[in-house]
Amino acid sequence: FLGAGGGNDIQWCFSQVKGAVDDDVAEADIISTVEFNHSGELLATGDKGGRVVIFQQEQENKTQSHSRGEYNVYSTFQSHEPEFDYLKSLEIEEKINKIRWLPQKNAAQFLLSTNDKTIKLWKISERDKRPEGYNLKEEDGRYRDPTTVTTLRVPVFRPMDLMVEASPRRIFANAHTYHINSISINSDYETYLSADDLRINLWHLEITDRSFNIVDIKPANMEELTEVITAAEFHPNSCNTFVYSSSKGTIRLCDMRASALCDRHSKLFEEPEDPSNRSFFSEIISSISDVKFSHSGRYMMTRDYLSVKIWDLNMENRPVETYQVHEYLRSKLCSLYENDCIFDKFECCWNGSDRQVIFNLTIPFFLPLPYSIVMTGSYNNFFRMFDRNTKRDITLEASRENNKPRTVLKPRKVCASGKRKKDEISVDSLDFNKKILHTAWHPKENIIAVATTNNLYIFQDKMN
Amino acid sequence: QDTQEKEMVPPERAEEAKLKAKYPNLGQKPGGSDFLMKRLQKGQKYFDSGDYNMAKAKMKNKQLPSAGPDKNLVTGDHIPTPQDLPQRKSSLVTSKLAG
Repeated sequence: FLGAGGGNDIQWCFSQVKGAVDDDVAEADIISTVEFNHSGELLATGDKGGRVVIFQQEQENKTQSHSRGEYNVYSTFQSHEPEFDYLKSLEIEEKINKIRWLPQKNAAQFLLSTNDKTIKLWKISERDKRPEGYNLKEEDGRYRDPTTVTTLRVPVFRPMDLMVEASPRRIFANAHTYHINSISINSDYETYLSADDLRINLWHLEITDRSFNIVDIKPANMEELTEVITAAEFHPNSCNTFVYSSSKGTIRLCDMRASALCDRHSKLFEEPEDPSNRSFFSEIISSISDVKFSHSGRYMMTRDYLSVKIWDLNMENRPVETYQVHEYLRSKLCSLYENDCIFDKFECCWNGSDRQVIFNLTIPFFLPLPYSIVMTGSYNNFFRMFDRNTKRDITLEASRENNKPRTVLKPRKVCASGKRKKDEISVDSLDFNKKILHTAWHPKENIIAVATTNNLYIFQDKMN
Repeated sequence: QDTQEKEMVPPERAEEAKLKAKYPNLGQKPGGSDFLMKRLQKGQKYFDSGDYNMAKAKMKNKQLPSAGPDKNLVTGDHIPTPQDLPQRKSSLVTSKLAG
């Protein structure tokens, strides 16, 4: 497994943990999404209470060369509120399902956040100057008696303590009958898609009163419904291409140049099922909970209940790689169905870039070597990483017991059956209430953000 | 021969048998559209203003019918009343992540 040595293996160390220590978790504090921005300087989280918290990485301290900057709170705001649609008698949760950052174009930062029904574009801007020396107002804002004004002066900007303000710039509402599960910004940086259970819409970031429907899988007769959309994402480079995954374990790639309504896919990715293995659970565990393109756009990764699969866009009939996240759960499906855990939606992510400059001792100069690692969460606050080049994998735990900075995290092992070795954990001892559904990888460095139910952990590799 | 067959049963099938033993009336369609429909109907609350007003008129002096022990569960089986609907939550509490 990773961390056992070798020039290129990452040694993960605890860096920070955010959130309350107590075990009594308020519903609103449940973290529902985690996302780094394009530079990695900002890290956003969304929660069930509709709030967004943004952390900013400290500038690197030249004297503290052993660790990268810490993440501190930069801004926090209420993105969505609970609503009740009286016309449809529908309660709308304020839970933030997804946050996606726009690439930075000017001094301000922009992000899209969405709940089940409404997407909002938020502008986060800094204010470090304020005008002083008004003629008609005192410094505290009270209006002066105009008769006391005898001279005129020009107000000037003076420095002030940094204030970070978040304001909603666009509200994209009323376009989804069903519950939004994904948003994805196009590589043209002008449009984005939003996907619900049955439909996908295309928006222009500047236009809130119009949206184009590009996928509609709602059957004429709802009793014929067999599959729903579970995730969708734009291709990182081709602005005409996007994919969406389904509850039946299929992924469809669509090309918007082909037609206005992309109900007919250009490619259908599906692994053939072994009919002898089919059971009541087969379809449920094949449901894809997340789909992510690789940075090059050549591959895509999908997460279903028990595994992570890597697909080559040029090959539709099966994935090129399959990694088992927690295969030992296959013999626990009955109880996982009864406690609803079988419906948990785990996300997955790629490491920061497909290639990295690594100092390799066997080659006397720096080379960008293929460096591809995927990460996903599991139960008992465990998370898993799979190195696609070395084929090694590791299981780590997000726990406050491991919180000594610069101490390498100890790999974990689950004992599926038989005699349990020392330091192993048996499947029956796993805590299924401690789930890691959301993880994120810094776009440029080996820094990861891992969300447990209500805490955010930041780990980084041990810098020598 | 029985023990041999047991060893050959894939874990998923064994789990399925366990589930069917506990819930014999479980739907025939594996995973099927029952759970999909439930997913689509998340958040749906039911209220019939006609029934509510009729009940109010009939029971002028008595207490209005209300939800069962679980006040948070409002379904179409009985008449929900305004006092049963969950209150809109306060949105002024800051996230503990920012604390």
